[in-house]
Amino acid sequence: MSIEWYLVLAALLFAIGAGGILVRRNPVVILLCLELMLSAGALAILAFSRMTGDGDGQVFVLVVLVVAACEVVVGLGLVVAMFRRRVALDVDETTELHG
Amino acid sequence: MVEIAFFAGAAGAIGGAVAVVLLKNPFYSVLALVVHLIFLAGLFLLLNAQFLAAAQIVVYAGAVMVIYVFVAAYVGGIEEPAFDAHPRLRLFGPLVAAALFIEISIAVAGSALIGLGTEGVKDLPDGFGTPAAVGKLLLEDFLIAFEAASILLLLAAVAAIVLAGRRRVPTEEGT
Repeated sequence: MSIEWYLVLAALLFAIGAGGILVRRNPVVILLCLELMLSAGALAILAFSRMTGDGDGQVFVLVVLVVAACEVVVGLGLVVAMFRRRVALDVDETTELHG
Repeated sequence: MVEIAFFAGAAGAIGGAVAVVLLKNPFYSVLALVVHLIFLAGLFLLLNAQFLAAAQIVVYAGAVMVIYVFVAAYVGGIEEPAFDAHPRLRLFGPLVAAALFIEISIAVAGSALIGLGTEGVKDLPDGFGTPAAVGKLLLEDFLIAFEAASILLLLAAVAAIVLAGRRRVPTEEGT
């Protein structure tokens, strides 16, 4: 398979994730769509890494994995905090950044 | 053979991604993402990234998704906002996604990178993508990134406890 196919697939997955973020309102699902976009980016990096035969890209993807894990933990912590405070889990409702 | 594997993996990954966006119940969305990540790990294997494929399944489809499942189960069901986007976004969202896909595809096709039409370099270095090779890079060339990642993980763990932990309500006599 030529590298181009992988890149187009990564673009498609990224676009699906971006569309999901725009359309959905539940913060949990929005985080899931963010994961989609991150993994699409990882696929593109790995495709480029294979294209040049350089292992550096794989370390990059490992760091992306770490960043994704951190983002998930903080995001889900926010969701749990919202749930505890009886804030509606709907990103269109939560428009004030007050503590 | 490689073509069949690629298209099977791509179909699974796209199907999982679409299911994440379209399924109404967040719990099912999480499970769809697990399917997506497993197919994506298969594609990683096709790209000679064995270690990352395994890490993807263990860390992502395993550990991270478990947190999602717990939170979806903890939060779930209550005042679940149905799949009704803001009226403008219902039309606008898919449109933006399609435009984004077309634009990135054009950018990729027009980038005129030499290796784009090939299957990558013919003679890969020995042990490309194995845990040994990735670990060697991580601890020799990218040691600072490695340490920064560990500090980032620690910070995230502390942040999660601060955000989601139960607050002790201060009383009159102090705590």
